[in-house]
Amino acid sequence: MGFELTRPQKDIQKAVREYVKGEFKREVIEELTEKNQFPEALWKKAADLGFIGIHFPETCSGQDLGLLENALVAEALCTGDSTVGAGLSLSGFASETLLRFGTEEQKSTWLPKVAEGEILSCGAFTESGCGYDLNVKGTTAVKDGDHWVINGSKNFVINSGPLAGFYIVLCRTKADAKPETNGLSLILVESDRPGISISDVGPKTGFNLMHCADVDFSDVQVPISNTIGKENRGFFHASDIVCENRILIAAQAVGIAQGAYDRALSYVKSRKMFGRKLSQFQVTEHKIAEMAAKIEMTRLLVYKAASSCDAGPVDPKIASMAKMCATRAAIEVADEAIQLLGGYGYMTEYEVERYYRDAKITQIIEGSCETQKDTIADALLKKRGKNR
Amino acid sequence: MDVLQYTDAHQQFREHARTFLANEVIPFVDQWEKDKIVPRDIWRSIGKAGLLCTTVPELYQGPGHDFLHAVIVNEELSRTNHYGLMASLHSDIIAPYIATFGSEEQKHKYLPGCVSGDIVLALAMTEPDAGSDVASMTATAVEEGDEIVIDGAKTFISNGIHCDLVVVAAKDPAVENPHAAVSLYLVEDGTPGFNKGNKLDKMGMYSQDTSELFFSGCRIPKENLLGTKGQGFIMLMKKLQQERLVCSIMAVATAEHVCRQMLSHCKTSSVSGKPICKSQSIQFKLVEIATDVQIGRSFLDQLIADHMEGKDVNTQTSMAKYWTCEMVNRVVRESLDILGMEAVTENCHLVRTFRDVRVMPIFAGTSEVMKVIVAKNLGF
Repeated sequence: MGFELTRPQKDIQKAVREYVKGEFKREVIEELTEKNQFPEALWKKAADLGFIGIHFPETCSGQDLGLLENALVAEALCTGDSTVGAGLSLSGFASETLLRFGTEEQKSTWLPKVAEGEILSCGAFTESGCGYDLNVKGTTAVKDGDHWVINGSKNFVINSGPLAGFYIVLCRTKADAKPETNGLSLILVESDRPGISISDVGPKTGFNLMHCADVDFSDVQVPISNTIGKENRGFFHASDIVCENRILIAAQAVGIAQGAYDRALSYVKSRKMFGRKLSQFQVTEHKIAEMAAKIEMTRLLVYKAASSCDAGPVDPKIASMAKMCATRAAIEVADEAIQLLGGYGYMTEYEVERYYRDAKITQIIEGSCETQKDTIADALLKKRGKNR
Repeated sequence: MDVLQYTDAHQQFREHARTFLANEVIPFVDQWEKDKIVPRDIWRSIGKAGLLCTTVPELYQGPGHDFLHAVIVNEELSRTNHYGLMASLHSDIIAPYIATFGSEEQKHKYLPGCVSGDIVLALAMTEPDAGSDVASMTATAVEEGDEIVIDGAKTFISNGIHCDLVVVAAKDPAVENPHAAVSLYLVEDGTPGFNKGNKLDKMGMYSQDTSELFFSGCRIPKENLLGTKGQGFIMLMKKLQQERLVCSIMAVATAEHVCRQMLSHCKTSSVSGKPICKSQSIQFKLVEIATDVQIGRSFLDQLIADHMEGKDVNTQTSMAKYWTCEMVNRVVRESLDILGMEAVTENCHLVRTFRDVRVMPIFAGTSEVMKVIVAKNLGF
């Protein structure tokens, strides 16, 4: 059993770190965060360097690599800056539905646009009042000749905004399916289709550079050929993708924790109090030790989850464990970083408060800790086995 | 028996405070948070309502109430979902420096304005490189004839933009012992050489005007010395018990407010058709939140009673400051988890609270500093 990343994997980390060092300029990020703007220029550059869609096939402008490599990219980006990093590494959100279940034509039409930084992709899965069980009820797609007619509303759709290229919409396509989960389908809806209206959710707890909107579909027509994967298997396809997303977000959380830790470490080495450096107090030493241990622990788990996902089959249990543990660790580490910086930790200028808020978002999106525990317990206790 | 004996008069005062805040503050809080400052006039309104400096004696045109009135105002303010109008800092942390250590002349000159809200107070102790470590303070105060010249920079000063009068801590460079070198001075806004810096961008408490203050050749008359020269450090130490208690009241009252909201939310809201509170795991979380709040309240009420009796509870208030301020963060963090996706946007009011309370284990001495004090007092 090897614990070392391969040479090419280390090269990816190195390349991302160099990009971060060269491009994540303080003043640029300050301006972006002040105005809550998507980091468009940084995104294009990251796409040029091949950091977006690294797990797409080469024919689709990717590098034919796996989730582990994508996770390494996400981690390094978020270490560089939690908010910019999150925005970039989720720029192809839900594209994996195409990657795993799309036809060759769907893939070659859309994936290169995502990987080349031309468009952002959106996953329109959750609806108000349905929690995170994906058993959607309110959005329907009805066949009308060779078209689907889609109606309904989706909440908190990441990337929905001026740069969105398409939505992957989870719709009810069979009203009387038993169980209900057998009646859902994934349908690709181009963002310029008539009948789509979006309403930005406004300032968020964190991840504030990312567009996020509530999306309304009113008699939106798309060809039947926009169906992704098998008709009425959408719930199961989406559930698989959710596992990948959870691992990716867990990787972001590891990066966020590392970034907060790095900033705290450099602060305690320079700040003096009561005639000593902060780093010379035993309590500080132990706080730093705890933080480093938490990062190391969750990094191992996240890498394991990612590589097991690459090896297949997707194991929801390990994905949820990684998501739960890594996001929790990120919050704890960033919280401690704020504390170590004292009054400065609370100031926007010193960044760690933003890492803390971003860490909190990683915990909430793609299922809270409660949801992750439900998933883990289902697998361990075989409660609802097959449906999950 | 309740540890704190609230009379009917106290209850009426609480009702009055709650009504005032419901009409004059709560409807405007969202705007103030956007403006990142409260309007100057709200200080006069709350003063006119009799909610500022409640313990200042009638001799100085104050209401002359007991400390429970101060507790009530603090608790009611903690239910307004913002901390910009930091009346408790003004009334119960800074004004007491003047009320306790000021000369009769100073008291007559300044306290009536503090009561009416015509004067907003700030306390300038923290410096860019010296927080709780008062000994490494670098601001200086040098006597020149009938005047004192103050030089130095202060930071993280609450009410820094609105303040009309600042209690400034500065050192006499001629005195070697750093603890005996510190004195407190009263500096009025508009004094040449005193400049307010920019408002600082913070994680939360947006409407609280926290800023840097700069003193450069700032000349004040000699009679603006507060208390005895060289006694600054001791005066600060004497007032810390109440300062920490005020922070704990804010923390516990906020936690109670959040707890109440969460209990009602979980009873009335549903996910996938099931009331949230029917989940056992959520129930346990709510129980933990309610227990945390209850423990905080019991500890706090006992300390308020002891403090009002004049007991030395420095050790206990330091314990309470760190424990209650961390408790409220725990409570809010857990509450956001329960709210799930609802807690993703600022439309959810608890997100603001989440940002706001994070400073509580930092300001007025970090949790770590509190533990250093307690450890020392325990004889280590």
